[in-house]
Parts: sequence; structure tokens; C-alpha cells
Amino acid sequence: MKIVVLIKQVPDTAEERRLSPDTGKVDREAADPVIDEITERALELALTVKDRDKSTEVVVATMGPTEASKSIRKALSMGADSGIHILDDSLAGADTVLTGAALAGALRGTGADLVIAGNESTDGRAGMIPAMIAEHLDLPLLGSLVSADIGSDAVTGVRVSELGTQEVVASYPAILTVTERFEEARFPNFKGIMGAKRKPVATISASELGIAAEVRSTVLDLAQRPPRNAGRKIVDDGNAAAELVDFLAARRLI
Amino acid sequence: MFEPTEDQLAIIEMVADFATEQIAPHAAAWDRDHHFPVDVLAEAGALGMGGIYVREDFGGSGMSRLDAALIFEELAKADPTIAAYISIHNMVVWMIDKFGNDEQRAAWVPQLCTMEMLGSYCLTEPGVGSDAAALSTRAVLDGDSYVLNGTKQFISGAGSSGVYLVMARTADTGSAGITAFLVPDGTPGLSFGALEAKMGWNAQPTRQVVMDNVRIPAGNRLGEEGTGFGIAMKGLNGGRVNIGACSVGGGQAALEKSIAYLKEREAFGKPLIGQQALLFEIADMETELETARTMIWRAADALERGTADAVRLCAMAKRVATDAGFNAANTALQLHGGYGYLSEYGIEKIVRDLRVHQILEGSNEIMRLVIGRLAVER
Ligand SMILES: Cc1cc2nc3c(=O)[nH]c(=O)nc-3n(C[C@H](O)[C@H](O)[C@H](O)COP(=O)(O)OP(=O)(O)OC[C@H]3O[C@@H](n4cnc5c(N)ncnc54)[C@H](O)[C@@H]3O)c2cc1C
Repeated sequence: MKIVVLIKQVPDTAEERRLSPDTGKVDREAADPVIDEITERALELALTVKDRDKSTEVVVATMGPTEASKSIRKALSMGADSGIHILDDSLAGADTVLTGAALAGALRGTGADLVIAGNESTDGRAGMIPAMIAEHLDLPLLGSLVSADIGSDAVTGVRVSELGTQEVVASYPAILTVTERFEEARFPNFKGIMGAKRKPVATISASELGIAAEVRSTVLDLAQRPPRNAGRKIVDDGNAAAELVDFLAARRLI
Repeated sequence: MFEPTEDQLAIIEMVADFATEQIAPHAAAWDRDHHFPVDVLAEAGALGMGGIYVREDFGGSGMSRLDAALIFEELAKADPTIAAYISIHNMVVWMIDKFGNDEQRAAWVPQLCTMEMLGSYCLTEPGVGSDAAALSTRAVLDGDSYVLNGTKQFISGAGSSGVYLVMARTADTGSAGITAFLVPDGTPGLSFGALEAKMGWNAQPTRQVVMDNVRIPAGNRLGEEGTGFGIAMKGLNGGRVNIGACSVGGGQAALEKSIAYLKEREAFGKPLIGQQALLFEIADMETELETARTMIWRAADALERGTADAVRLCAMAKRVATDAGFNAANTALQLHGGYGYLSEYGIEKIVRDLRVHQILEGSNEIMRLVIGRLAVER
């Protein structure tokens, strides 16, 4: 089986993350770049398939600036076999439509049986990319799963939405997305780290993908999250419950 | 040499992540409860930390001495005690890998590298520490086995280890009469003393190892008769660099805590970092730790290349680094005022843990003896 995992390089969630007011984009200088935590779980899922069946081929794909190669290298050290890096200055600042098209283009030639992605990323997030890729490639999408069973003929999973729990199944090829309910990623071991640089990474430009790097959406404005105000303290002198109800009702929360 | 390679940066990052997530959050509780976390050691082993500079054919990681020093510094930032235990274990595995025959390597090295089995280094005795060549534990050849009698003192990991690398006397010819043996746990006649109550290093056991007519196959002799003292000292050369790296890591953690604390703590109307006298303390800690680190890297490189001055450089590195690490931790305690004396701030533990690094694997007086003798012989 061939599994392609979509990974994204994002600013570390453990540090302060900022949007740059001039560009409207994530300020990549503000925090160390790391592999998005949810896509790391996606990789972990793929690697557990490889643990069970050594013939499984795991490829990681990402679109991002030159330094995103560090995230690919980390994924290779954790156990992925090869990497695909969509690298093109004209793609900097791509919106979801363009990103979806680019990733779909890169996936098209891979012959992947299964594509695994995160349901959304921890930096700028829309949660739309996997669905767009599914449309482009005409693949069934098993989105926002809380568990998955990757069998030899079909993949089954459980997804949770506002409406309830759904059991989903698809035959290959398919795309699935994981949530934070999946296992945390493993640490790379020393052998993996030393071997990572010998693994192949293909770099692809926008023109090789045959896509026009045209951004169709623009950010009009952005504002810093306002600082948190001190809350109001309700001291219970007998009618705290009533005051609490009034407080919530005034804000239309109940 | 002064700039880690891309691989080394990736290694440092992984070890730092591992230490931050799997060790640091528990270090205080392990110290308090005297808990030896063998499960976490096995996790470290699975990542390749059980046989860092051991050849790859039987499961070692095949990395360099410098890689090891970088790894131990990172581990020690989270917990000097755990880092130091892993360093002793690595010394034992390397000795078996280096001086063992293929049969012995195949029998012991794989499970030691994964740290599913732990190893102990048994040189010191109740009556002899610094003057190790005077040891009196005796091994007598009897048919196709050796019979060992004697007591080893202060043995790290004793009671939890699967194999004990014991230096014992096979002839009354001083250091030339010492031989190294592999004594498996569970051998009849092998027993352990009570847990020693210690100032620090509480997350790893220290016990006596008592041998009362312990009979082991002659095939458990490591190297030839009479080569044991040389084997023990060669192991210690690397051990000294590694224990020094542990001190630098512990000292660095204490320094970083101090900088954060002085920036935040206010007295006399401003943050304490604004007092130049305290800033100078930070500068001295920083300088001494960097000096020590440079020395550690140089000694690791000499050991890797097997240069003629490796023994001298390893002794210097051990002395400089274990002093610098302890001094930094002790200064950090002072800079934290009364809070430094409370367990909660994690500083007093570093002081307690790093103190013993100045004593063991050859005390710092013995390091000066080694360095001084080599200096005047030249
Ligand atoms: C927590 C702990 C763990 C240990 N783990 C191990 C282990 O795993 N395996 C092992 O084999 N050993 C271990 N040791 C033993 C350690 O290596 C010895 O304690 C050390 O070598 C010093 O020996 P000693 O305690 O007998 O001191 P002594 O040799 O009696 O020395 C006492 C003092 O005199 C000084 N001194 C001695 N000779 C001279 C001299 N010629 N010139 C100047 N000064 C001198 C020493 O530096 C020291 O300050 C451990 C010790 C401790 C405390």
C-alpha cells in the first residue's frame, strides 16, 4: 500500500503565535517552525500501518517555503520513505483554493492508495484543503475521524460531527483526515535521523504542476485579538445562582 | 568542530524533546520517591541511547563521542541523575562491545543497547576507591569456570541491572593482576546491599554488590587475564567526558532558570537583573560553562580519534566541567535567595545531583594527579 501524508510546517503552538499586521499572514519569525501537531498524528497513523506491514510505502508531501524541507526531513527521520516538496515563490501567500489545487496536482501522479491529512491546521485554518483535494481527485473523503482502521481492501473510521457519530467506510483510493484524538507522533530514533538525508525528496514547482499561481481571495483587514478584560466576580451571599443566571441571560448564553 | 552538523542539530532537538516530555516533568517526583524509572530508560534505549558509541552490527547506534556528549548535555538539562545513569550504562555497553569477542557481544550487546537490560560498572570496593589498582575482589579459575568472592561498593544501578561488569584480582601483581568479568544477574551467590541513602542521585539506586562464591563460565571473562585494569580505565575515559557533559547540562539548566528568575524578581524598585553584581555572576556562569563545553568537545574529539593526549584531555574535561556545573548550580541557588533552597524551584536538586560528579569516575583530585603526572613526565 502507498500512503501519502500531507504535512504542514507551522509556528510552534508552544510559543506565542502572531499575525503580521502588514501582510495579514502568519508571522513565521515569531515562533520556531515545526510540523503541525495534527499532521504529525496523521504521519503517526501511516507509520503504524508500516510497522505492521513493512511493504507499506509512506510519502510525505508539503507545500511551503525552503525551510519547510526541515519538516520533511523530520518526517523522514520518523520513518517516512520519501518526500514531495512543492516549492515556488509564486505560491507564497496562496489561499485555500490555490493550495488545494497545488496539493491535488502533486498527488495526482503518485498512485497513492490512501491520502492522510489533518482535519485542520493549528495556524491559519479553514479545514477545507482535504475536501478540495477530494473534489479535484474524485476521491471519497473520510473527514475528521476520531479513529480509523486501515485494512487491506478498505478503510473504515468513526467521525464525529455536531450531529452525532458516523461510521464511514471507503475502498481505495481514498483520503482521510485525522483529529487530535489520534495517537501522538513518535520520536525519531538516532538511526532514523542519520538515515533521513539519504531518502529522496522531489521538489516540484507551480509550472511543473501546471497550475497558475493565482490567488483568488484577499484578506481585507485583520485585527489583534483584544486583550482579555478582568472578569466579574460573583460573591455568593445567598443569591449567586440568580446573579449567574442573569449574567448569562444578559449575554444571550442561556 | 565548534558548530554542530545538521545531523547533530536534529539529534539535539530529538533528545531535548524526549527529555522535556518524558523526563523533566517527573524528575522532582523520582527524586523525592527514590524511583528508578526503568520504563523510561527502555524508551530512551528504543531511540538509540543505550549504545550511543557502540558498533551497529549488534544494535549500537554507531555514533561519535561528540554526539554522545551533546546527548548527555541535553538529557541532564532535564535530570542530571537519569542522564548520568545512562552515561554509566553506555560505558558498560561500550566496554563489552570493544573488548568482548563476537560471542559475548552477541549475547549481551543487543538487549543492553535497547536498555531492556541494564548494566553496572563494578570497580570500587569498601576499602579502595581512588586507588582502584589495589582492589581485592578475587576470581579463581576452577575447571571451566571462575569463582568470584568480594564486595563492590557504591555500585550504580545495582539490584536493577541484568549484567555486572566486575573487575577482580586473578594475580597478586597490582594493576597487572586485574581481570574483567561479566556476572549475570541471578547467579547464585550474587547479592546486593541495602539502598544507600544519599545527598542526591536519588532517582538511581546505589548499592553494594556482594559476591559469595559466585561461579561464572570462563567464557564470561572479558579480554585476557590481567587486562582488566586497562579495560576499566579505557571505559572511564569516555565516562569522564560523559559525566562532564551531564554537569554542563545541569549547570546550563540552573543558569537558564536564574536568568528567568532575576528578570522577574524585583527588589529595591527594579528587577534583580539590573544589579550589576548579579549580572556578573550570570556572566561568570555562562563563561565557565562554555569553557567546560569547549573542553568536553575537544576531549570527545580526541577520544574519537584515539590521539595520544586523550587521557590527559579527558581528565581535564572531567575536572573543568564537573566543577563548572556544580559552581553554576550552587551560584544559581544563591541567586534564587530563599526560594533556591526550596525543592519546588528545582535548583537545590541540581546542586545535590551535580555534587557527586566531582567525586566519582575518578575524583577531581585524581584528575589533577593524572594531569600533573603527565605534565611533569613530558
Ligand atoms: C553515588 C555514587 C555512585 C557511584 N557509582 C559507582 C559505580 O557505579 N561503580 C563504581 O565502581 N564506583 C562508583 N562510585 C564510587 C566512586 O567512584 C568513588 O567514591 C570514588 O572513586 C572515590 O573513592 P572513595 O570514595 O573510596 O574515596 P577515597 O579514594 O577514599 O578518597 C577520599 C578523598 O581523598 C582524595 N584522594 C584519594 N587519593 C588521593 C591522592 N592520591 N591524592 C589526592 N587526593 C586523594 C579523594 O579525591 C577524596 O577526596 C560511586 C560513588 C558514589 C558516591
